[in-house]
Formats: sequence, C-alpha cells, structure tokens
Amino acid sequence: MRIAIIDTSTTRAAIISDGLREAGLHDLVLIDGTRGMVAALEKAAPDVVLINLENPSRDVLEEFFAVSRALARPIAMFVDQSDAETTAAAVDAGVSAYIVDGLAKQRIKPVIDLAIRRFQAFARLQDELHEARSALADRTTIDRAKVILMKRRGIDEPTAYGLLRAQAMRSNRRIAEIADAIITSDALMGDL
Amino acid sequence: MALDRIRIGFLPLVDAALPILAREQGFAEAEGLEIELVRDMTWATVRDRLLYGHTDAAHMVAPLAIATALGRGRPAVPMAVPFVLGLNGNAITLSLPLAALVMDCDALGDPAVLGARLKAVATERLAAGRRLRFGVVHRYSSHNYMLRYWLAATGIRPDTDVEIVTTSPTFAADALAAGEVDGICVGEPWNGVAVDRGVGRIALVTAQVWRRGVEKVLAMRAATLDERRDVVHRLIRALHAAAAHFVDPGTREASAAILARPAYLDAPIDAVTRAISDRVRLVKDATPIHVPDFMFQYREAANFPWRSQAAWLYSQMLRWDGTPFSAGEAATAQGVFRPDVYRAALAGSGAPLPNASSKLEGAIAANSIGAGSTQGRLILGNDAFFDRRAFDPDDITGYLSSLP
Repeated sequence: MRIAIIDTSTTRAAIISDGLREAGLHDLVLIDGTRGMVAALEKAAPDVVLINLENPSRDVLEEFFAVSRALARPIAMFVDQSDAETTAAAVDAGVSAYIVDGLAKQRIKPVIDLAIRRFQAFARLQDELHEARSALADRTTIDRAKVILMKRRGIDEPTAYGLLRAQAMRSNRRIAEIADAIITSDALMGDL
Repeated sequence: MALDRIRIGFLPLVDAALPILAREQGFAEAEGLEIELVRDMTWATVRDRLLYGHTDAAHMVAPLAIATALGRGRPAVPMAVPFVLGLNGNAITLSLPLAALVMDCDALGDPAVLGARLKAVATERLAAGRRLRFGVVHRYSSHNYMLRYWLAATGIRPDTDVEIVTTSPTFAADALAAGEVDGICVGEPWNGVAVDRGVGRIALVTAQVWRRGVEKVLAMRAATLDERRDVVHRLIRALHAAAAHFVDPGTREASAAILARPAYLDAPIDAVTRAISDRVRLVKDATPIHVPDFMFQYREAANFPWRSQAAWLYSQMLRWDGTPFSAGEAATAQGVFRPDVYRAALAGSGAPLPNASSKLEGAIAANSIGAGSTQGRLILGNDAFFDRRAFDPDDITGYLSSLP
C-alpha cells in the first residue's frame, strides 16, 4: 500500500513517516505541498494521501482527485464515513486523509489511527518547543533586568534577583514580566 | 444572562463581513449569542470542520454546500442554507501580458467584446500547445461557474480551449505573479491585492456576468439546524441586522478597519475599503471606478435563499461535471436552501419576506419590478445574465440543452 504524505513541515513529515515505517509500511512518498504537488501525486499514484488540515493546497487536491485520469477511481475522504469517531479524531488532530475508494476499511483504519497519533505527537513537540523558547526568552529578559538593577542600585546578583522575585510575588505577576517592565522603563528613563 | 455560543468557520474574504460584524458590532449579543469565528485557508477545511463538529455553521461558497448535500466527491451529508451572506463581489483579473492583448481601454471590459478577443488569444495559445490557464477558488465555487458561464457563452470551451485550475484565494495573486495562471476569478480583497502588487489587471466583475449572482451562504448541517432551531433563528436576525449596518455608507470605514484586522482578513485596509464601497481599481495606481452592484448585501431581500438560485447552481454542476439530470438530485439541491427558516426567523421584524420561494432567474432586464411579499415591500432590480438568457428552475433540462 503506497502512502503519500503532503506536508510543508519536514519535521512533521519525518515524524509521520517514521511511525508508518515502524508499523511496517515502507512504501511512502513525501511531497512538499507548495509547488508541483499535482505532478508529483500523479507520478506517485498513492492509495492513501495524508495531508495537514491547514495545508493551503487542500482545495487543489480535491480538484485533482475529481478530474484525475491517473487514478482509475475517484477518491473518497475517510473511505467510510460510518466510522465517525475516527474521522472526528483525525480532524481534531489536524490530519486530513484521502483514500482511494475501494480499499478495505480494516486496512485503512490502522494507518489513520497511526497518523492521528503522530500528528498529536508533533503538536506536543511544537508545544514543548514553544515552551522551551519562551523559557529561554524569559531568562534573557531576567538577566538583563538583573544587570540594570545591579548597576543602578549597586547590589549583587542574588539581591537583584531577590528584588525581582519579591516584586513579582507582591504584584502577583511573573518574574519575567517585572523584568520586562524594568528594561522598558530603563530604556525610557535612561540615566535619570 | 449567559450567551449561547455558536462557532462559525470562514475564509479571509470581504464577504465574510456579516458574521464578523455581527460579532464585533454587538448584533449577535443583542440576540443573546456569542459568535466565535474560526478562520481557515481552504474551502475543504471549512467544510470538514463543519461536518465533524469543529464549527456549527460556516461562511461557504454556495455550490459547495450543494455538492456536499449531493455527495459529490465524498459521502453525502444533508445540508441547510437558511441565509445568503451576499451576492457577487468577485472579479476576473488577468495577468498584465494577457490584459495587454485583450484590453484597450481604462474601463471594465464588455463581457461579449472581451470574450471575443479572449477567444482569439485562447485559440492561438491552444494551437501553440500552451493553453490559457485560469485559477478559481474551488471546483464547487460560484467563481468556477461564473467564469465558465462567461467563457462558454463567448464561444470558448472550458477544459478544451483553456484550462481551469484551483488556487487558494490568498495565494491567487502569487499564482498570477509566478505565471502559473493567466487569469484568476476570486473574491475581494484578493483581486485588489493583485492589482496593487502590480501583477494583474481587473478585466471584469462577476456582477457583469450575472447581475444578482448568489455568492457566499451561511451553511450548516441540516441536523444542526433541527437541533438548534432557536439559536439559528437568532443568528439569522443578527446577520440581517449586520447586513443593514454593513450597507450604510456611514459605517464603511469602521467596517473596513474591522475586516482588515489580522484575525480576520489580514489584508490591506485600502483594498477592503474599495470593495465594500463598490469601487474597483482596475490597474495599479489608477483611480478606482464606481461599479454599481459590485457587491450586493441586504437590499431586495438579497439574503433570502431562493430555491431557484440553488437550482441554477445545480444546473451548472451537471453542465460541468457532465453528470445526467436527476429529479431526486434536483429536489435535494433545492431543498438545501431554506426560505422557510429565513421567513420564520424574520417574521415580525419588518424585513421584506417574499411570497414565493422560487423565481425566474435573470428575467428582470432593466427596470425594477415589485414582487409579492407577505411582509414589507419588496422591489427586485436588474438580475440579468449578460447573454440575456433566463433560467426557469422547473425546466433544468430544457435550459441545459439551450446552452452552448
């Protein structure tokens, strides 16, 4: 069974294809969803197409399936809509699947389930990346605020951090927010 | 009082204005509703979110709602359209090299004259082995049908003499710039954006092809309509009030500022302002010209879902998909449009409510005529097709056989 994965994110495409290979599905085609998608699909003639719900080429894909002469039969999304649970889960996860009409449902279901789990894994990865990035940004902000406090008030680093933390607790705000305010006011007030 | 929440999917287009304004200007709140808007980039995604419960209703190209109910390309799901979000508002923009060949004045083209010139170019290109290529926003879009109706009436055979492909509205200008297509038929502000970027020239507006062409609709699953009838009625009243507000010239700047926001259209405010004031800039840096009825909301009960409009869309679906007429399908297609729900929601509001649910489309050529209404006074204006054909919803096969 040949599976085409259309994704503009190479990371996500890699996560999905790794999972499919682990499950013993090796006939995979990765297609970048921006340019020349139709020609690449025509050449690959896949049985199943997995695409990100947000992909701007989805309407192009539907058009292609409707008029394609390369694929002998029309393609139906999710083969069998009676499995509403799987379909809803796929849409929730952000995966959109197009499957050649006539493929047995029991063969398709594991692929879709796997794709859903992999899409969710990617979403978690994105969240973690986002958190890591903002944690890094927070730390830079706090360091800069500490330097300002140390210089302006002639205190050492632990004291400067203690001041930030105390102010944050008093005003029920994050330390990074207090730090950000200090940087902003320093930029505005200068040496006053 | 707690507000009832309703989620509405939309694409970044000027004609998503009514749900956006209903939310932003308090018309929804006045009906005890909180509208949550879900933005997408493709019609396929808008449809799927609707079908699988991410949204309760959607801003949708009218033919897609009908195609979904008929199970074209996917399993059928019963659909309901109780409100039309607007008529027309699209344009056909040509690449500058193609425009240079077929346009010789600084006005909009005459559909027949422009079509004849385009036919000459299309014939040349066909012989040279590189057909002219046009982009539309979805296979089941009014854009596709308007473009094809015009081309076919001027003697150009879509799919044979020219190619028609799909491009997402937000990327239509890119496709023109990259030379992937020679022309696009898309909604605003994306024609205006292509013009301002200097990659295209507006040649025609779809109001010139069909003066009262049905465009976007409020679509929902028929099951949602049945389960949440009261909420739907309130939503229709909120949208109707938003339409009255939207067409008031005094609100244009405020509306444009809201629509242009990153969360909605994320588009230049100037292009949005032009579209909602019926002004069209044909070519980069030119003074916008006024095009009467460019976009059409509210007046003449424009939001009323005429079953004959659904029937016309069905006729075009048969024409271009090459499938045979079926009385059952025709009934299903017309049944998607729900004038009964529109009437029930607006009864007692003073909004004009037509007596009939279907009419002869394209029969009013010049002067406005009065029409029967159970409530309010209803005047219908020019609704002609550019080739002066009229469409009788009771004779779809006769109409189809009369077309080129």
